[in-house]
Amino acid sequence: MEQIIVNGLYLGAQYALIALGLTLIFSLMNVMNFAHGQMYVMGGFITYTVVSQFNIPFFIALIISGMALAVIGALIEKFLFRPVIKKSKRDESTMLLAAGIGFFLDSVILLAFGEKQRGVPKIIDGVFNWDFRIIMPYDRIVIGCIAIAMIIAFMLLMHYSKAGRAMRALAQDKVAATLMGVNVDRYQMIGFALGAMLAGVVGGLLVTITGINLGMGGPTSTKAFIMIMIGGAGVIPGAIVGGFILGMMESVGLSVLSQYGDITYLLIFASLMIFLAIRPHGLMGKPWG
Amino acid sequence: MNKKILAYVALFLVFVYAVVPMLINISGRLDFYYTLTSVALLSIASAGVWLTFYIGRINIGQGAFALAGGYVSAILISQYGFNFWVTLPIAGLFCAVLSVFIGLPILRLRGVYFAMVTLVLTEVMRLTTLALPITQGAKGITSLPLPSGLEIFGLKLIPDFSTLENPKVGFYMMAITLMIIAYAVLYRIVNSRLGHLCRSLQQNEELASSIGVNTTYLRVLTYSISSFFGGIAGASFVAITQSIYPSSFQVADSINFMLNCFLGGLGYVFGPMLGTLMLYFGWDLLFTIGKYQMLVYSSLLIILMLFLPNGVLSLFDRKEKR
Repeated sequence: MEQIIVNGLYLGAQYALIALGLTLIFSLMNVMNFAHGQMYVMGGFITYTVVSQFNIPFFIALIISGMALAVIGALIEKFLFRPVIKKSKRDESTMLLAAGIGFFLDSVILLAFGEKQRGVPKIIDGVFNWDFRIIMPYDRIVIGCIAIAMIIAFMLLMHYSKAGRAMRALAQDKVAATLMGVNVDRYQMIGFALGAMLAGVVGGLLVTITGINLGMGGPTSTKAFIMIMIGGAGVIPGAIVGGFILGMMESVGLSVLSQYGDITYLLIFASLMIFLAIRPHGLMGKPWG
Repeated sequence: MNKKILAYVALFLVFVYAVVPMLINISGRLDFYYTLTSVALLSIASAGVWLTFYIGRINIGQGAFALAGGYVSAILISQYGFNFWVTLPIAGLFCAVLSVFIGLPILRLRGVYFAMVTLVLTEVMRLTTLALPITQGAKGITSLPLPSGLEIFGLKLIPDFSTLENPKVGFYMMAITLMIIAYAVLYRIVNSRLGHLCRSLQQNEELASSIGVNTTYLRVLTYSISSFFGGIAGASFVAITQSIYPSSFQVADSINFMLNCFLGGLGYVFGPMLGTLMLYFGWDLLFTIGKYQMLVYSSLLIILMLFLPNGVLSLFDRKEKR
């Protein structure tokens, strides 16, 4: 039992970090970023390339991949999303753009990094063993701790920095924020870059444990969507809660129902639909979503 | 004005029924029959998605209904020996009824929430068909017979497809006919009282309901019509491929149905048809450039969106205004 809870926490920390980026982008621009999973895969591949080709330590590689994704995110926002949002009659048009960017990143990853499963060597060897009740490799503990530290750092940034305050204001009410002198274009770009950076960092963290391959993008996006729906779209604490809930459900489901195959996901999805029918805007979401 | 529209329709009919087969025969590219058949059927499913867009809902769950329709048709044919032509409306009706039960709770959701729930719905349907015994899990249902003939009162309406010398042409005709019927229905819905009511839902649901529009009923009605189209498309696909698997329609297909609508333009009835043609044909034509296929395709999508964010058909809109 303790093992299941620890696994759930570890999964949840990673999921929450992915969902944070997605929900930040959604709250600022009302864009459902279908390319989020692809950004995450890209971060993993960049980390892998930097570590294995240039023999640079893992933690520096992690920072490099975060930076690279931040730049990519900023460029995507400035040259693709911004003009389309301005010209389009309906908000939803950005979905096609996001899906197109997702396909594009997929093909770039395929051409640049190939279709093979990639991984980097473990950063720390050894296994933590507490009386055979909790068995956890040390590197997973380190990654889990980094993920939780990143979440805390992100929350602090959003609450106490000027940029964070501006972004929270934009998420609450765009018109009012503009009237108070918040530079909408600038903070949307920063927000998108930050969201993409988080995706890149998570990809980099995971490459040491499960490795990464091209096909992981789409399913990751779907999972991230589920998390932010559980918590409520566009609400930052909601994304964290949603991430931990999904991580816990997966961990419990996969160990209790393992003999029935894919039934865990069927149950998760079905319960999500029932949950949303009862509470249409998630745990903490705004009613207009 | 009306005469002009009639002329366009007549021109279109002549084109798809006579000119296209002739062109294919001349060029000898018989594989285009299959491509065009797929386009026609996919555009029926996209028409359903477009209808849910029309009431202001983003539907990424059409794949679920296409899969359900396909399985209904396949099970009826393989296990109960039904004629395909009988299973086609049954599949559609099954999806329509199913969508009433699913739609009643989830149509209360809006915006992204509805979009994501329907996305999850596609995945639920795939996992359900994997888990149920009647759908035979991952093996799927294979080696279904070709559609047999249909006679009413001794009048031979549709010949037996297995006796045709080229069933591809038969399937092409069938798909095109279904597509034309579907779009005629769609056009009729949009230009009717129901269409006006749907537009009011799209613009402001609270206002519409305060004036006395029965929003719940309308939402469920349009959603079930949309799912009916999905079921028909799925069942026809089963007839052509003679098999169905849980992976026949997945999340990617659902997303593509939605993209077809965006690409053609959400404000135009024939938008999804054009969008499907462009997306599917574009993908097929780009096959020749090998590994750069995806790169070029997605770049084209992005560029199209950058310059025509309201769909390809908005190009004609602007010209008329000038």
